[in-house]
Amino acid sequence: MHELSICRALVARLEAIAREHAARVSEVHVSIGPLSGVEARLLRDAFPLACAGTAAEGAALKIETAPVRVRCRVCGAETVATPNRLLCAACGEWRTDLLSGDEMLLRRAILAIDDDPPMRENVREPSHV
Amino acid sequence: MCEACGCSAHPVGAKDRVTVEVLGRLLDANDRTAADNRAHFDDHRVVAFNLMSSPGAGKTALLEATIDALKDEFRIAVIEGDLETDNDARRIRARGVPAIQITTGSACHLDAGMVHEALHDLPLAGLDIVFIENVGNLVCPASFDLGQHRNVVLLSATEGDDKPAKYPVIFRAADLVLLSKIELADLLGDFDAGRAERAVRALASAAPVIPLSARKAVNFDLWQAWLRGEVAAIRAAQSTAHRAHEAHHDHHHRTAMA
Repeated sequence: MHELSICRALVARLEAIAREHAARVSEVHVSIGPLSGVEARLLRDAFPLACAGTAAEGAALKIETAPVRVRCRVCGAETVATPNRLLCAACGEWRTDLLSGDEMLLRRAILAIDDDPPMRENVREPSHV
Repeated sequence: MCEACGCSAHPVGAKDRVTVEVLGRLLDANDRTAADNRAHFDDHRVVAFNLMSSPGAGKTALLEATIDALKDEFRIAVIEGDLETDNDARRIRARGVPAIQITTGSACHLDAGMVHEALHDLPLAGLDIVFIENVGNLVCPASFDLGQHRNVVLLSATEGDDKPAKYPVIFRAADLVLLSKIELADLLGDFDAGRAERAVRALASAAPVIPLSARKAVNFDLWQAWLRGEVAAIRAAQSTAHRAHEAHHDHHHRTAMA
């Protein structure tokens, strides 16, 4: 169950983003490929536990999955494959390169700003000019 | 670009709702620590191998035999990962090389931070090879870069030759697959090394697959030859990087003096 470790890393990242924008996280978009080694269902279960008491508490987790796709090194075809059969669907060759399916990415965070309006512009300015 | 989150675009959206585009790896922090570990190995021209397998596939027995065979040729140390006990580290120390035991408690894998801690206790300056024996598990260790140069995955004859098809993520990460305890294959009668290799190829992996027995010394020479070859290749890359680094320093010193 390494999904909890992965969720903790995700939440640490979200907390940094929330701090920078003086906001809390209301929605999180991640991409999890079938070859990432992460199980989306377990990630969904672990996420609320990892979020408890943080700026991401109560945030909705949106998981998108990219299909497993390969490009053949021999015939060049780009085809859909399965996690344990990454062969070229056009010519059957095993020498292929993975195009998608192993991603484990934080795509975007949607923040809810709690502060009163005059503060917002200041908070959103980059602090490191 | 934001300093804390590394987002490429500034926040956009409604006044009370801000979307921050990130597009970064979930394990970004682990990856950075792993890169530090790798740089640390490279600075000392140490080559690091990460050994992964299910529990009981023979990782420690392989290391014991490897140390016996190569300890006059390479200065070796081992980082051992287990949930509990320092049994494995003691077995390694009994062979006369340093071993650091990491006990992970209930954690099912090593991560780069744990290896970083262990490196504080290893005298890298006097070493050639560090073997990291990961927690016995065919699932979780695959997701965490430790800073190793190569991954070795063991699959023992007793586990069945279809394991690469069942655990594609970890076998896809392998630079070498060792079919361990191969002396038992005849006894079992249903382990086919050819089928195991075909399952590895079906993952689009060109990793060599070597049937091996550490205890009966079957194909042990092939394993040693692979190790020597990888150590030489990685050290050559480390030397090139080191020379480039020195030249860079030299240039900076001269610029500073001018």
